[in-house]
Amino acid sequence: MDKVNGNHDARIGFYVCHCGHNIAAMVDCTEVAKYVGQLPGVVLSRDYKYMCSDPGQELIQKDIKEFGLNRIVVASCSPLLHEHTFRSAVEAGGLNPFFFHMVNIREQDSWVHTDRAEATTKAKALSRAAVRRVAHHKALEVKQVPVQPDVLVVGGGIAGIHAALTLAKAGKKVYLVEREPSIGGHMAKFDKTFPTLDCAACILTPKMSEVGAHKNITLWSYSEVVKMDGYVGNFTVTIKRKPRYINEDLCTGCQECIANCIYKEPKFTDEFNEGLGKRKPVYIPFPQATPQVVLIDPEVCLNFKRGVLTDKCKKTCVEACGEKKAIDFKQKEEFREIKVGTIIVATGFQTFDVGRMPQYGYGRYPNVYTSLEVERLVNASGPTAGDVVLRDGRHPKSIGIIHCVGSRDRNTNRWCSRVCCMYSMKLAHLLKEHTAAEIYNFYIDIRAAGKGYEEFYDKLLEEGVHFIRGRVGEVTDWAFIPEEEGKLVIRVEDTLAGVVRRIPVDMVVLATGLEPHADAQSVRRLFNMSCGSEGFFLERHPKLAPVNTFTDGIFLAGCCQSPKDIPDSVAQAGAAAAEALVLIDKGHIEQEPNTAHILDDCSGCKSCIPLCPYTAITLTEDGKKAVINEALCKGCGTCAAACPSGSIVQDLFDDEEVFSEIQGVLAYD
Amino acid sequence: MKYSYFPGCSLKGTGRAYEESLLPVLKALGVELEELDDWNCCGATAYMAVDEVKACVMASRNLAIAEKAGHQELLAPCSACYLVLNKTKHYLHESPVVEAVVQKALHQANLTYSGNTPVRHPLDVLVNNVGIDAIKKRVTQPLKGLKVAPYYGCQIVRPYATFDDQYNPTTMDRLLEAIGCTMVTYPLKTRCCGGSLTGTLPEPGLLCAYVLLKEAIARGADVIATVCPLCQFNLDCYRDKMASKWGDETIPDPRNPAARISVGPQLNMPVVYFTQLLGLAFGFSEKELGLHRGFTPMRKPACARAQPAAA
Amino acid sequence: MTKEWSPRIVAFFCNWCTYTAADLAGVSRMKYAANTRTIRLMCSGRVDPQFILEAFAKGADGVLIGGCHPNDCHYAEGNYKMLRRFELLRRMLKDMGIPPERFRLEWISAAEGEKVKSVINDMVKKITALGPLDLPGKFADWDREMTELAPAVESAPVEKEVAHA
Repeated sequence: MDKVNGNHDARIGFYVCHCGHNIAAMVDCTEVAKYVGQLPGVVLSRDYKYMCSDPGQELIQKDIKEFGLNRIVVASCSPLLHEHTFRSAVEAGGLNPFFFHMVNIREQDSWVHTDRAEATTKAKALSRAAVRRVAHHKALEVKQVPVQPDVLVVGGGIAGIHAALTLAKAGKKVYLVEREPSIGGHMAKFDKTFPTLDCAACILTPKMSEVGAHKNITLWSYSEVVKMDGYVGNFTVTIKRKPRYINEDLCTGCQECIANCIYKEPKFTDEFNEGLGKRKPVYIPFPQATPQVVLIDPEVCLNFKRGVLTDKCKKTCVEACGEKKAIDFKQKEEFREIKVGTIIVATGFQTFDVGRMPQYGYGRYPNVYTSLEVERLVNASGPTAGDVVLRDGRHPKSIGIIHCVGSRDRNTNRWCSRVCCMYSMKLAHLLKEHTAAEIYNFYIDIRAAGKGYEEFYDKLLEEGVHFIRGRVGEVTDWAFIPEEEGKLVIRVEDTLAGVVRRIPVDMVVLATGLEPHADAQSVRRLFNMSCGSEGFFLERHPKLAPVNTFTDGIFLAGCCQSPKDIPDSVAQAGAAAAEALVLIDKGHIEQEPNTAHILDDCSGCKSCIPLCPYTAITLTEDGKKAVINEALCKGCGTCAAACPSGSIVQDLFDDEEVFSEIQGVLAYD
Repeated sequence: MKYSYFPGCSLKGTGRAYEESLLPVLKALGVELEELDDWNCCGATAYMAVDEVKACVMASRNLAIAEKAGHQELLAPCSACYLVLNKTKHYLHESPVVEAVVQKALHQANLTYSGNTPVRHPLDVLVNNVGIDAIKKRVTQPLKGLKVAPYYGCQIVRPYATFDDQYNPTTMDRLLEAIGCTMVTYPLKTRCCGGSLTGTLPEPGLLCAYVLLKEAIARGADVIATVCPLCQFNLDCYRDKMASKWGDETIPDPRNPAARISVGPQLNMPVVYFTQLLGLAFGFSEKELGLHRGFTPMRKPACARAQPAAA
Repeated sequence: MTKEWSPRIVAFFCNWCTYTAADLAGVSRMKYAANTRTIRLMCSGRVDPQFILEAFAKGADGVLIGGCHPNDCHYAEGNYKMLRRFELLRRMLKDMGIPPERFRLEWISAAEGEKVKSVINDMVKKITALGPLDLPGKFADWDREMTELAPAVESAPVEKEVAHA
């Protein structure tokens, strides 16, 4: 009945720690040591005051040598605290560190029970189980997987730019992939940034130029990641480069092609200017675009018909380009495959679609604007050169700014988009500067939590901007009194004054919230990430690991993880770069050897394959057996529990070990 | 198509023009209605405000009778009835207390209700079941050039927007455009008409209704189309009081925005049920459709009169 | 038996949530019944149904499994797998005559030390009321019965099987 299953060669050393009074006060350590000492396989059994101390650890090492011990069990505190300590001690004593097992008789025994006899019985039972188990322990090695030093940064907004520059300056090779024709992201569209009112372009463009010029950064704009395979340290990524119909290496950015285009005047919707301006078929997104390369839109260029090349145009652009010969109408999309060790995802956000809130009248009333549209309006390099002129040609004398459009709203998005209060105040300031209009901000709460933010709010109050606390019910053009005719009336309950107000204004600005990109779900699958319930990419731990994901080697930065302002995006980008550097500089990753592997008994039933959340299990090439990629395996053991034939073994937690533990705790009666 | 039909008190009383116009229109479109046997008052907004559980009991009796009649769905044209029946269904589903009381009460009358009978609105049935195309085919005298302000009222969009958008419903717009009308932009299409306030707190109640009329005038409408007997009543029956209070107000002339007109004289704009407009387009007479019942009766518009009645 | 019987409950705790919560209960010096014997696994998903059967077969009066709350599993989905097995196994155990109250699955997050205490106390109370399960004892009884009956079976004439046309 009391056989030490399997390993008859086990020579076990058992130590029970008093931990001063912590354990000894409730558990009779001497009795436990005495009991265990007479169990099969136990060569020596001691009780000692402080096992984790230096003398305690040295005692283990001495005993290993003197008594030829080949397994060690320590009954003391929680393994979560000192397992590592004792494994190192065992290793220093010349044994494989995994020939060790620990029994928790403090946090889960002496500290939580009140009856000494019961606590001692429990300690004996747990120790017996450990002794049985440790006999089955195998020699294991901490695994090392090499890490490829190059990095892929996906997304060229301020977060992606900062991460790429940080890594490039650290001497690492970075691929920066950006879906739009130029890097810069949303920040490139802003006029000024809060609270300093720095010009966004002025602080952003030097960083953009640095990216374009840095020898360690390969910038692929107008490109997208289409496939990602592999695991931490060894990712293979396929990137699609979309055709600009311009040879990037030959274009100097002189823009003669634009000046000489067949279209004398710009006619087509300018995306960068949020539809407020126009561009030609050949265009550069904005003056400071990086790379400084034009591109051709095949949907509207006369040389194409519905995106297909017809070659029917006079091509005055080619003529203007002259000797540079940078225009190439035959350009096709290209695919590039790269190998990187780490990936930083910094794909940013999209703004809330105000069509989802028809009661605010966007689209129905021409003088209702989104915040991004206003950024372009007030911008000196915008479509109106900074003149705040409405769609109907008037200059506004009164402006209403509605906060929380598409945020903090059960009907649309529940979360707070964090930046809108600040940018609404910023826009209030800029609009007042440009128009001297009466400005009304309609808010639920003023969230001004950053450095200098509250002071900015004070400043605005001093400037005479009106703040009304209330969620706007609707924007309407029906006039209740003659004074409201021709105006947009904002109907809102002023919750501080306790009245419902009608505020007639010339212009309404909607402070649209931030939300995940529409394709966030497909992007997250590309990178083996999860999304949270709101759709933003999921971090490993909201407090302690905000830039890590559940996939090792893939990090997040910026608004793709959650709405945040520029300082926080930059900080997260630096953090993500640091996390990547941890892996790159170490050169390899160490894994606790509790991964699973598949025995030859595998019948190829494939029950295990869909169970692994890390897709670590695949079929062998001939499709006959399952095989586990140990670098991907995180050691949860789910597959081991599910395998119908018991062909999956999880190291450190294999069936033999667990069964012996179960039998051990119950064998004592 | 066959539906159980719950007219409610209004459609047999002051709102009888609604029934008078609804029945022939539906019949012309092949929709059969079977009036509920021994239906009772739904309690409307009044009773719901006094005792919700008892109100649910009263409304549930009708639902139970409808279920017993066997047809799939129950048509409730009056907005208040429509809302009360739907609310009752929600409460039965959400509150075990209400469910228990209701089932016990129904049981006493040898009735039972499973909670499954859908309650439908005529706008919903016409647009989604009959279909705009079928309606267009039935038009013999399109109301071309008639400018209509579509007024939905509040109860069919709040709190439940069951078949149309909550802020900007368009079923009636689409329906009336199909018969040739021109819809004017009417931002107040779901604003409250004052409801029972015109009886209990006349001053604010009257103002609610007046504002609706004034905006319809400002938008250049010839007629306001409604779906609810109480809305129709509030808009139609207090014009003299409105004129005496606010008749001197001026608004920009919709035909000539530089000029201004007095609201007073314009207040006599007809307020009709949308079914009456449908009926006109289908060739029914004014008398048949109850158009003479309005305080400001509506005559068949010139555009419709000029057309010869096609087969 | 001089000592009054008290249930023995084998507990399988996941490393990241429940085991940590149990440690937290200890650090906070909460007090609870001493009837559980904890076996630490990395994830509740590692719990093989055979572990549970073995525990009962070897004399456990109850089995408790502790995992992370749904959606919080350290390994994304392991706890869902455990939940599936739990539901099926519970029914199976019931059919085998083991009351479902003896087998319990709890979601305990790393911060819920208090829950560890209340769950264990509650389970001990319930199983004390049910009494001992003592499967080894029952197995021994059945073995004894079999041994007594065996001679009677062996001596009976065996009817030869005839193939019917």
